[in-house]
Amino acid sequence: MSALRNELRRELRRESALLHIDWTACDGRGLCTELLPELLQRDEWGYPLSLGYGSNVPVPRALMDAAQDAVALCPRQALRMLGR
Amino acid sequence: MNEALWALGRGTGVVALALLSLSVVLGIVHRSGRPLPGLPRFSVTLVHRDVSLLGAVFTLIHVIALFFDPQAQLNLVDFILPFLGTANPFWLGLGTVASDVLVALILTGLLRRSVGFRVFRFVHWFAYAMWPIALLHSFGDGTDSAAAWFNVVAVLCVAAVASAVIWRLTTGFVEFKKLRTGELP
Ligand code: SF4
Repeated sequence: MSALRNELRRELRRESALLHIDWTACDGRGLCTELLPELLQRDEWGYPLSLGYGSNVPVPRALMDAAQDAVALCPRQALRMLGR
Repeated sequence: MNEALWALGRGTGVVALALLSLSVVLGIVHRSGRPLPGLPRFSVTLVHRDVSLLGAVFTLIHVIALFFDPQAQLNLVDFILPFLGTANPFWLGLGTVASDVLVALILTGLLRRSVGFRVFRFVHWFAYAMWPIALLHSFGDGTDSAAAWFNVVAVLCVAAVASAVIWRLTTGFVEFKKLRTGELP
């Protein structure tokens, strides 16, 4: 059972990377929420919000390009991909 | 040939001024965190970058064309060090200062992630100094500065940048600012 769970977890990790949001740097300019509407909502002050996740948001493979664009374009350099 | 270089040098200078003015305006719009009609926030950033790069290319052609033009009497040193020129050293020097700042802006802009946010922001503030210096250079050194068409272009540039800067200084400039500081919109 636990072997299966580990296998599933590994599968998930292979499928997705983590987008890290540095809250001390983020200024809520909303570029990332435009580029990743599937992952990030905007809270009422304009900051990105990922329901169910905190500072590390799993990015499915299909959204990797968009996530990389967000990392490159964030005006406060508040985003990075966590290495795998 | 000389006539062509002279015309190219002048024309590209005016286009560079217009592009850099647009770039300042787009930079301010970007800083507000607001999209433009039909242009989402990330596009504003990208257009700001591209217009700036285009402005730099026109500045480069402007400088090179006038270097090969005997009338402008440009020396190699005028590319880098200001106020040492032969003809109109002061007004030419302003152009050198502006293009030096432009190079720094472009380099730190493109290498933003390597130089870090603080360095990038510090250098980027100098855009507000570069623009008026470039404008003064085009008035003081520009052969066409008395021509009506040039003045129309210059007035449009000044009006666009001035209104953007004034908007920048108002309290409602940053999106969500009122909400964040606890006021009702
Ligand atoms: S793009 Fe950067 S500064 Fe803007 S909301 Fe996203 S993380 Fe924050």
